[in-house]
Amino acid sequence: MMNRQGRPTAAGDTSAQAHPTFTGNYGLEIEEPLLFEIGRAETTGVDLPAPKKVKSRLGKLARDGAIGLVGLSEPETLRHYVRLSQKNFGIDTGLFSLGSCTMKHNPRLNEKMARLPGLGDIHPLQPQSTVQGALELIDTLAHYLKELTGMAAVAMSPKAGAHGELCGMMAIKAALEASGQGHRKIVLVPESAHGTNPATAALIGFEVKPVPAQADGTVHVADVKAALTSDVAAIMLTNPNTCGIFEKEIVEIAAAIHKAGAYFYCDGANFNAIVGKARPGDLGVDAMHINLHKTFSTPHGGGGPGAGPVVLSERLAAFVPYPFVHADKAYVLVEEATKIVKGEKPFGRMTAFHGQMGMFVRALAYMLSHGSDGMKQASEDAVLNANYIRASLADLMSLPFGDQPCMHEALFDDTWLKDTGVTTLDFAKAMIDEGYHPMTMYFPLVVHGAMLIEPTESESKASLDLFIATLRDLAMSATKGEVDRFKGAPYHAPRRRLDETRAARNPVLRWTPPAPYAEAAE
Amino acid sequence: MRYLPLTSDDRTDMLAKIGVASVDDLFANVPKGKLMKGLADLPTTKGEIEVERIMGALAAKNVPASAGPFFVGAGAYKHHVPASVDHLIQRSEFLTSYTPYQPEIAQGTLQYLFEFQTQVALLTGMEVANASMYDGSTGAAEAVLMAHRVTRRNKAILAGNLHPHYRDVIETLSRMASDTTVALPANAVDAGADLKAVAAAIDAETSCVVIQTPDVFGNLHDLKAIAEKAQAAGALLIAVVTEVVSLGSLTSPGAMGADIVVAEGQSIGVGLNFGGPYVGLFAAKSKYVRQMPGRLCGETVDAEGRRGFVLTLSTREQHIRREKATSNICTNSGLMCLAFTIHMTLLGEAGLKRLAAVNHANACDLADRLDGVKGVEVLNKSFFNEFTIRVAGDAAKIVEKMAKKGVLAGVPASRLWPTDKAEKDLIIVANTEVNTDEDRAAFVAALQASI
Repeated sequence: MMNRQGRPTAAGDTSAQAHPTFTGNYGLEIEEPLLFEIGRAETTGVDLPAPKKVKSRLGKLARDGAIGLVGLSEPETLRHYVRLSQKNFGIDTGLFSLGSCTMKHNPRLNEKMARLPGLGDIHPLQPQSTVQGALELIDTLAHYLKELTGMAAVAMSPKAGAHGELCGMMAIKAALEASGQGHRKIVLVPESAHGTNPATAALIGFEVKPVPAQADGTVHVADVKAALTSDVAAIMLTNPNTCGIFEKEIVEIAAAIHKAGAYFYCDGANFNAIVGKARPGDLGVDAMHINLHKTFSTPHGGGGPGAGPVVLSERLAAFVPYPFVHADKAYVLVEEATKIVKGEKPFGRMTAFHGQMGMFVRALAYMLSHGSDGMKQASEDAVLNANYIRASLADLMSLPFGDQPCMHEALFDDTWLKDTGVTTLDFAKAMIDEGYHPMTMYFPLVVHGAMLIEPTESESKASLDLFIATLRDLAMSATKGEVDRFKGAPYHAPRRRLDETRAARNPVLRWTPPAPYAEAAE
Repeated sequence: MRYLPLTSDDRTDMLAKIGVASVDDLFANVPKGKLMKGLADLPTTKGEIEVERIMGALAAKNVPASAGPFFVGAGAYKHHVPASVDHLIQRSEFLTSYTPYQPEIAQGTLQYLFEFQTQVALLTGMEVANASMYDGSTGAAEAVLMAHRVTRRNKAILAGNLHPHYRDVIETLSRMASDTTVALPANAVDAGADLKAVAAAIDAETSCVVIQTPDVFGNLHDLKAIAEKAQAAGALLIAVVTEVVSLGSLTSPGAMGADIVVAEGQSIGVGLNFGGPYVGLFAAKSKYVRQMPGRLCGETVDAEGRRGFVLTLSTREQHIRREKATSNICTNSGLMCLAFTIHMTLLGEAGLKRLAAVNHANACDLADRLDGVKGVEVLNKSFFNEFTIRVAGDAAKIVEKMAKKGVLAGVPASRLWPTDKAEKDLIIVANTEVNTDEDRAAFVAALQASI
């Protein structure tokens, strides 16, 4: 074992079981009960004044009886959530190698800006004269997004990536209907796509038809042409794709799609690889959602909230849904048909208000901080870091599409684990023991036992070197047949491997007071 | 650049290891001529001081809700958020983690989701709740799709007093999915007529009825009879709640027979954020659980038999089922769930009931003060913390005049129904625990001076 300075560190006695404790806690590893096991109905951590004496207007609908909630005092609340937090791995904990998710650094300046009262404490339905700065911010961010993508318009309101996909595909559907092409029902989706792509298309009545990827991991224009008929509405293509490879025939694919009277939807999940380097608008894309939480550093927050604005080409610009901003003498938020100008044909509304403003603030703060030069450098560093990992592991771990450069993420398959008794899942769990968040496993589906590693630009070379050394050690261990290191992993996490089958077979989705015979049902 | 750790020496060494001459060699797949030659036409890098100055200037052009008396609601509410909430959600391990794909190192997230689901189920009076939706409006649209899956019908009836933006979101998704919606006209004056119209519209094709309570004008509705009528016709009742604090004072939709409950949880812990991010609460009867959209967290055990939590029933979801998924949704509103559940933990049963009582009392106090003011009429017979007033004049202009006097008075109905002449003299007014007697006195004075 080597520490970061290259000095040997002896492995201590890590067998906690050898010294069991009374509490079940081990030092800083503290077991935390469920809120409902420690809270009390009468306890509150909030002091509120007594309500004024008034005549109730609740009528017969006043609640009687208990809700069943419990409360904690303020100190107990802090302790409960701090202890829970300590069971979580975050970007600030260590390298978070989840491919496709882009776990880049979340600057705290962004958090500070989002909490300025003038940006955070404003209501979506205040008089527009009192939120001119907010509308200017949305308009400014829209300008940045259009400039970076080379697109004509942007729909700001979608709440997440998949919601952005839905918005983009709705715009395509609206455009087809407006031009008498409503009969086009087929959407081409490569097998390597995120599951959201086919799900989105199906949700609004399209029929999904798969397109194969070739041996180099990309979609070839010939296969697209072979699938094109007069019933094709669109193709949904991720670029760079989910194998971490830039679709080199993208311009030809776009031309073929357009020639057939269809639209080109690009899944922008991996836009972070090409910001400031190449523009989707120059490649023939008609619609693309942008994950502000991947590309522009807004925090992932344990699974949301995301934000998924959609950039649109000239062909789709008219269909941006409500609300959107007109910048004139003053900023005007267009929320209904009485305010649209000639040529605007909004297809409807995606969400109650104006989108993820809190994320807009953070994304803009990130863009201003980096600037055009920094954003370009970030893309280059993200690609450089991924290739460094690929090149440093290629002799031990198998690459499904040969030894070619990748973009922002490196994809390995499990060919190299054949006959070792170790699976991709086992390998990932052993990474947890080494202090890393595992890569994305078993995705994309086109690769057997996929391992998709995305370091992002936020990792230093020293961090990558240690990560690479660790993966090399694990890889050699697996191929040497040290199966125990993997099969039982993780050994050193707050929990050992969890039984997901049991969770699905007998769903327990909420706390219920324990019944004395609950065990007997097992 | 402060966010980028690589040095130019690092980059040189790494390129050598990879075996390419320049970083652009790694972009070789980008078609010829499509690699940008220069920089994007945007400003270059800025330090923290400059960014703060720019953002501060934008912020200064807005009037924050805390700047003066504030009565704006209609789907988003100004509530107090305890300091501990914002402190805790900024802990690295919560803020910078991701979807709990590796449950062994995400028990923090998973346990609070399980606790959140329990709180939401209790509050709404339902059996199960999911791990949240983007917001209330998108949750409502997903609920309609879910009802279509359950009933195998595709016609939704939307009550007239459903928030018009919720109606628009549902209609947009329904139209695109080739489903049918019947949206009834709003009725600010006779709230009872709203439910009667819904009851009259139910037929054998109806998949679901969508009813908001408190409705967009603030009226409370007893859903028992309409639930029975809908269910007798083989349809589901979807109850929508935009002010979740009301559930501290009111009979829950579950107790009134709702099949699905969708609520906007913004009031608890989240803050206004100009409309997002918010948190959608989604609860249902457990027999429908496999038709639910979104993520679910469930209890299980680990290899040593210790209790733990995982995301479960994911065979409903897009990453497994692809085009056959129940929904295309692939995230929840994790950090906002956390804000919600922490605030709810601080409140507890007693605190939530107290908070709701204070909200109601403050609203009653304002209604009482307006009683007898010339040119003003309170329309509601019942309300929780929000009611609608008819004013002598153009409501939007009056609200604008009051804003100039430093009072943000509410939402003119014309903002929500821009083409409907009948609503031009209505203002929807919300009162929460942050409003004081002085605020209400200022409201009345500013209103009288603006009519």
